[in-house]
Amino acid sequence: MAKNVRAIVIAGNGTNCEREVAHACRLAGADTADSVHIAELLAGRVRLDDYHFLNLAGGFLDGDDLGSAKAGANRLLHAPVAGTSGHLVDQLRCFIADGKLIMGVCNGFQLMVKMGLLPEPQKMRQTTTLTFNDGGRFLDTWVHLQVDPQSPCIYTRGLRGLYLPVRHGEGKFVAESPQVLAGIEARHLGALKYSDADYRQAALEAPANPNGSMGAIAGLCDETGRLFGLMPHPEAYVDRTHHPRWTRETDLPAEGMGLWLFRNAVNFIRDEL
Amino acid sequence: MAWRIEVGLKPEIRDARGERVRREIREHLGIDLTSVRTIDVFTVDANLSQEEVAAAANGPFCDPVIQEVAIDRPLAGQFDILIEVGFRPGVTDNAGRTAREAIQYLSGRPFAPGEGVYTSVQYLLSGPVDAQGAERIAADLLANALIQRWTIVPAGRFDRKQGLPVSVPRVEVGAQQAASVQEIDLNISDQELLRLSKDGMLALNLEEMRTIQAYAADPAVQAARRAVGLDQQLTDAELEALAQTWSEHCKHKIFAARIDYDDGAGGRQSIDSLFKSFIVRATRDVRAAKGEDDICLSVFKDNAGVIRFNHEWSLAFKVETHNSPSALDPYGGALTGIVGVNRDAFGTGMGARLLFNTDVFCFASPFYSKPLPPRLLHPRRIFEGVVEGVEHGGNKSGIPTVNGSIVFDDRFAGKPLVYCGTGSILPATLHGRPGHEKQANVGDRIVMVGGRIGKDGIHGATFSSEELHEGSPVTAVQIGDPITQKRMFDFLLVARDRALYSSITDNGAGGLSSSVGEMAQDTGGFLLHLDRAPLKYPGLHPWEILISEAQERMTLAVPPAKIDDFLALAREMDVEATDLGEFTDSGYFHCLYGGRTVTYLTMEFLHEGGPQLRLPARWQQPDLREPDFQQPLDMEATLRHLLARLNICSKESVVRRYDHEVQAGTVVKPLTGVVNDGPADAAVMRPLFDSYEGVVVAHGLCPRFSDLDTYHMTANAIDEALRNYVAVGGNIEHVAGLDNFCWCDPVESDKTPDGAYKAAQLVRSNQALYDYCVAFGVPLISGKDSMKNDYMVGDTKISIPPTLLFSVMGRIEDVRQAVTMDAKRPGDLVYLLGNTRDELGGSEYYAMQGVLGKHVPQVDAGAALARYRTVNRAQAQGLLASCHDLSDGGLGVALAETAFAGGFGLRIDLRQVRTDAPLREDHLLYSESASRLLVTVRPSHREPFEALFAGQEIALLGTVAADRELRITGVDGEILIRADIDDLKAAWQSPLKEL
Repeated sequence: MAKNVRAIVIAGNGTNCEREVAHACRLAGADTADSVHIAELLAGRVRLDDYHFLNLAGGFLDGDDLGSAKAGANRLLHAPVAGTSGHLVDQLRCFIADGKLIMGVCNGFQLMVKMGLLPEPQKMRQTTTLTFNDGGRFLDTWVHLQVDPQSPCIYTRGLRGLYLPVRHGEGKFVAESPQVLAGIEARHLGALKYSDADYRQAALEAPANPNGSMGAIAGLCDETGRLFGLMPHPEAYVDRTHHPRWTRETDLPAEGMGLWLFRNAVNFIRDEL
Repeated sequence: MAWRIEVGLKPEIRDARGERVRREIREHLGIDLTSVRTIDVFTVDANLSQEEVAAAANGPFCDPVIQEVAIDRPLAGQFDILIEVGFRPGVTDNAGRTAREAIQYLSGRPFAPGEGVYTSVQYLLSGPVDAQGAERIAADLLANALIQRWTIVPAGRFDRKQGLPVSVPRVEVGAQQAASVQEIDLNISDQELLRLSKDGMLALNLEEMRTIQAYAADPAVQAARRAVGLDQQLTDAELEALAQTWSEHCKHKIFAARIDYDDGAGGRQSIDSLFKSFIVRATRDVRAAKGEDDICLSVFKDNAGVIRFNHEWSLAFKVETHNSPSALDPYGGALTGIVGVNRDAFGTGMGARLLFNTDVFCFASPFYSKPLPPRLLHPRRIFEGVVEGVEHGGNKSGIPTVNGSIVFDDRFAGKPLVYCGTGSILPATLHGRPGHEKQANVGDRIVMVGGRIGKDGIHGATFSSEELHEGSPVTAVQIGDPITQKRMFDFLLVARDRALYSSITDNGAGGLSSSVGEMAQDTGGFLLHLDRAPLKYPGLHPWEILISEAQERMTLAVPPAKIDDFLALAREMDVEATDLGEFTDSGYFHCLYGGRTVTYLTMEFLHEGGPQLRLPARWQQPDLREPDFQQPLDMEATLRHLLARLNICSKESVVRRYDHEVQAGTVVKPLTGVVNDGPADAAVMRPLFDSYEGVVVAHGLCPRFSDLDTYHMTANAIDEALRNYVAVGGNIEHVAGLDNFCWCDPVESDKTPDGAYKAAQLVRSNQALYDYCVAFGVPLISGKDSMKNDYMVGDTKISIPPTLLFSVMGRIEDVRQAVTMDAKRPGDLVYLLGNTRDELGGSEYYAMQGVLGKHVPQVDAGAALARYRTVNRAQAQGLLASCHDLSDGGLGVALAETAFAGGFGLRIDLRQVRTDAPLREDHLLYSESASRLLVTVRPSHREPFEALFAGQEIALLGTVAADRELRITGVDGEILIRADIDDLKAAWQSPLKEL
């Protein structure tokens, strides 16, 4: 049982959401939530081992110039840590082996998928991707997300549905093969799906499915449920004034739905790690 | 050796980019292809092993789930014709830069000088198209010849084994092109002086050239030059430094001119600088009147204006235009526009974190169907390129785009206007000093940070100081690199908080010459080693290094004791920083190259030596009349048609391409209402996670009124900005304004015979700026002018309508008091605040009827200010359910928008509208009288609401209904309009939905 829950957000080279992700971690009860520039990790001054909860924030790593998060994945896989013979990816492997939590949002999700961290972190092989929206354009819009109650995802435990913004040009979820997709479905790894406003029916078509994702998958976890990536931005709805209709829906709770994901993570760490 | 790596989608994967290109080819060029597929090509020119190249190709370059890759062989399958588009040598290639970095991570060693990765895109076209058609597709749609080049290969001539040959677009530098310095003989005739200015793209007039001639001939100057080993003739670097420092773009010669103004009614006035006489004076008088409540911290002197936010934080805001580059390359021009103004807002005070972007565009109709004069791009292409450029610039930089608009007038075909604004937040106190102050000290190192210098952007400052003409230079076009800039900002914020520098500024127009030259005014001189500057490729002459406007660079003054720490931090954070010299008190603008002096101008001559321009200005009241037409019979159809006007219709397709929520602070978003698609009046942000204090941003512009009188155009722009600002809850006592003038050339000449009238329009605009800023108590904190928005090729001249963008930024005490424009619930009462007058001159309604009219709306600032203050009180007490400003399309459009955004009908009685004199129904509905707001109020709040507004011009027009019908009763008591709000919304959304 972790007395002090320590969260880290990796920043730099094009991340944009590190401040609000760290804030969401603090609101959710993390005792520490550090936004750390990757230079600090590569210089060896900060180590992932010192944390329980790794956040990969949204943004445009290296401008997404080689496809979303591709160059960023390459860096995390190959960048050496100064003063050691090791690479950052070695710290990441230990972090996962220790059963710690990783959540990637938007560009962070793209990063996890392209590093092969999802859905099977042990293999570190890319079997799914997030590519250009069917509409061919960047889109900022709010979406309804249905939670798979049978998913092992620890972040979505006890939740039924979420309303969050997506803000991406490359969010279309594609699996390498029908078998990969079937494996994801069979194990309930697609923890979040684009859906209708009542969270009843997963949506395969626009506008409810904003990018054409296969299986309407908006969020994906590994079998332990501890590694989780999602295209929508939970850190962008932690206060009722984030909601696009807070001026008219006067019965909205003070706290936003996105916070629930962070709170589940923090509570899990406090209870189980 | 060079390798060619091709990456394409697997055949079964949908090619969204190709489909979009196919759609655009059909829509723009009328060529209906059966398919377009795309392939990304990386040309890797570096000393790598076969294994290393394969690792890059199969690793970072390729997404194995959806893509396949080939090295030195073609991927192209079936097609009829192939077009490959790549960059010209030296053009910024962001993907190429990222690819190079990716290879370096894999190989573990850096590229050698001259090695690089270059990207291009292959388009495989299938369908009815020949080589000529392909040429059109390449030239008119896929590529911009200024920065790109292309190859076209029909399937029959395609080498299926080898594919296209490897071609490396490296900048080639011959031995004869070694860096050199030319001396310029100025002892020449006036005619030759002018030719020198024109041929050299200096944009200096005869008087300025003569002033420089006299300086060079001064014996004292010559003696000083000899002492540093310089000839008496000026060098090319000196002449270029003078040209850019004295350019209209940097020096604002027209705003500094002495103007002889004739008001057309017998009055004459001599104005010594519009800037000092109206703009600076307005701010001074407002600040004096506000006394203790003055919110200004830094005005006009820094890259952006700064106001107080609270005791701990200050706010900066800057708006720029990037019109001329956007006319030539809409994507690159707009992208550099947004990342450029980001640097301004960042480099204010000791450095400020970027908070929001705004963008305002003025275009010709995207459906423009008349023939276009040479060199002009089609307005639709400009529209799409600019929107995409701002999208990439803003989204990738992680700055929410929260406010903007698009105004259409076909005269903007001559020059589109691209206004980009950025707000930022900085600590009120930093290391014991005010955060908005900075000071370079003698002995501080001159450090350039960020990108490298190339030939890009040379003559940008002088180019934008001219009209668009046949010889407009291609080097003025650039592509921005948001990621290099983002890395630089991440680094600079750390350096700021560690107190590693003493001053910071942006490298924008004029490059090092401008940034170092201006910062050196703190100390009175500098010594700069141009040969130490990092270059993108060799072969730049010293003068090019000095004035290049290559992007993503800041200049800093770093104390010698901090320089090692500063450079070490930069290295660690992967940011290039170079020590180029030092700030001195020598009194000289002193540059060296290879140890030899190449510029030695006195700081005084450079900054103060330019002669003052003299301008005649003659106002002439245009001969206008009110039109004579009957009120249309079908008023419901009239309302629908008006809602579908380009200047009124929904801009949602553009808004959603901008991330308006990143940073998690956007509380009132650009789209609002029951299904998130109503047009918000202004943006409200919450910049601090631990406080509900908010920032409100809005703007106003109404170029149509310039055809009647620029005085009232300006008054209306100011009022529009403020009423939008107040509508959402902005505090009218805590707001500052920014003026951005975009004018057509007001200097009388053979090319511009009506220059004196255009100058008078400028004078009148400034008069209104002073009058209304003082009346509203709004200080001006920053501004910019772009004075040559004309197109001139051959006999064709197009001048834009004079356009002032008035942007405002201020404070709301608690964002939870913000109000949006959508009707909230049935039964709420609908009030109109403000009187409606016979003021349809320049209105959208008249424009729809094809007439201009005469009665331009006039702003009664006293009544408006009282109203806005009262609205603020009503908001603080929670009395307003909704609040919406009336502008284009007047009351009719505001009613429709309030109704369909809220998803409720309205019952409205036009007989209740307050007027000074009886008005026709169409005039009641579509007058654009200023300072009016439409609000809805809960019945239970009626008494306190009406009590607050006692004695003011308010009228209860009706109620919000539970159904979906907008029903308007006319002046005779009969139903005038009965419309389904979904039909109205569909009309409003239709024009730009697909763009």
